[in-house]
Amino acid sequence: MNLVDKIEARYLRDDLPDFRPGDSVRVHVRIHEAGKERIQVFEGAVIARKGGSSRETFTVRKIASGVGVERVFPLHSPRIDKIEVTRRGRVRRAKLYYLRSRTGKSGRIRER
Amino acid sequence: MTQIFTDSGAMVPVTVIAAGQCTVVQKRTGERDGYEAVQLGYEEVAEKRLSAAELGHCKAAGVAPARILQEVRLDEPSEMEVGDQVTVSLFSAGDKVKVTGRAKGRGFQGVIKRHNFSGGPKTHGSHFHRAPGSIGASAYPARVQKGQKLPGQMGNHKVTTSNLEIVEVDAEENLLLIRGAVPGGRNGLVRITRA
Repeated sequence: MNLVDKIEARYLRDDLPDFRPGDSVRVHVRIHEAGKERIQVFEGAVIARKGGSSRETFTVRKIASGVGVERVFPLHSPRIDKIEVTRRGRVRRAKLYYLRSRTGKSGRIRER
Repeated sequence: MTQIFTDSGAMVPVTVIAAGQCTVVQKRTGERDGYEAVQLGYEEVAEKRLSAAELGHCKAAGVAPARILQEVRLDEPSEMEVGDQVTVSLFSAGDKVKVTGRAKGRGFQGVIKRHNFSGGPKTHGSHFHRAPGSIGASAYPARVQKGQKLPGQMGNHKVTTSNLEIVEVDAEENLLLIRGAVPGGRNGLVRITRA
């Protein structure tokens, strides 16, 4: 095991559910505000997972009041309280960037 | 490089460095050598890897054969003796350090890669692509100014980066985690000094 892997192994979280691009998730994010901590939920479809080991990130896309919003989360970040998988999607590619130009019926993901 | 998370969840980019253990192989003293220094040996190797002279030098000091021998200058006489170990415990998290290494060699390069010149247009009938252009005036001074940026060897020279922060010290594994990048490629040799 090389040194970088060793360091990264310390930061890997094993309490995360298994999810893939196409799945819908609810990400509970810890937010520090005015000395207090609260949980904010970001709900949407996972459109990409990138990177490996402790550097892995995933992108969640949702439509908020008519505007597409994407958020990239570091998968192993301690700021993520938990991730809930609400729906499994069937998709044929690993990166669903094509959803950005789709709206309505064609922007849906089939259930797995 | 990799990245780690702090307790508050902030992401910190770090370079992992296997630092030490270095053994003091020789001492330089003011009265005998005219300056104060210690010679450090790093990384134990098989005896057949060293020349007879290097091997004899290590044997005389009574230390394990070391692949790399380097002197570190000191301002004042040190209390370290031959055979002492120098470890990462010299440093603690939050310290500022200088890291010296050898930059990755890029060979003989033109001015665009080496000095960030912008070059000329690729198309529209242009005949001026990657050449350096004018390198000075004519009859006066009738020579090229010293220091004029021209093509040549790029990289494979010594680079020092100052004021890097130590994020974490792992005394068990002899690891230093330094914020940001350090000079040189992967598995390169670096020297870490207090800034």
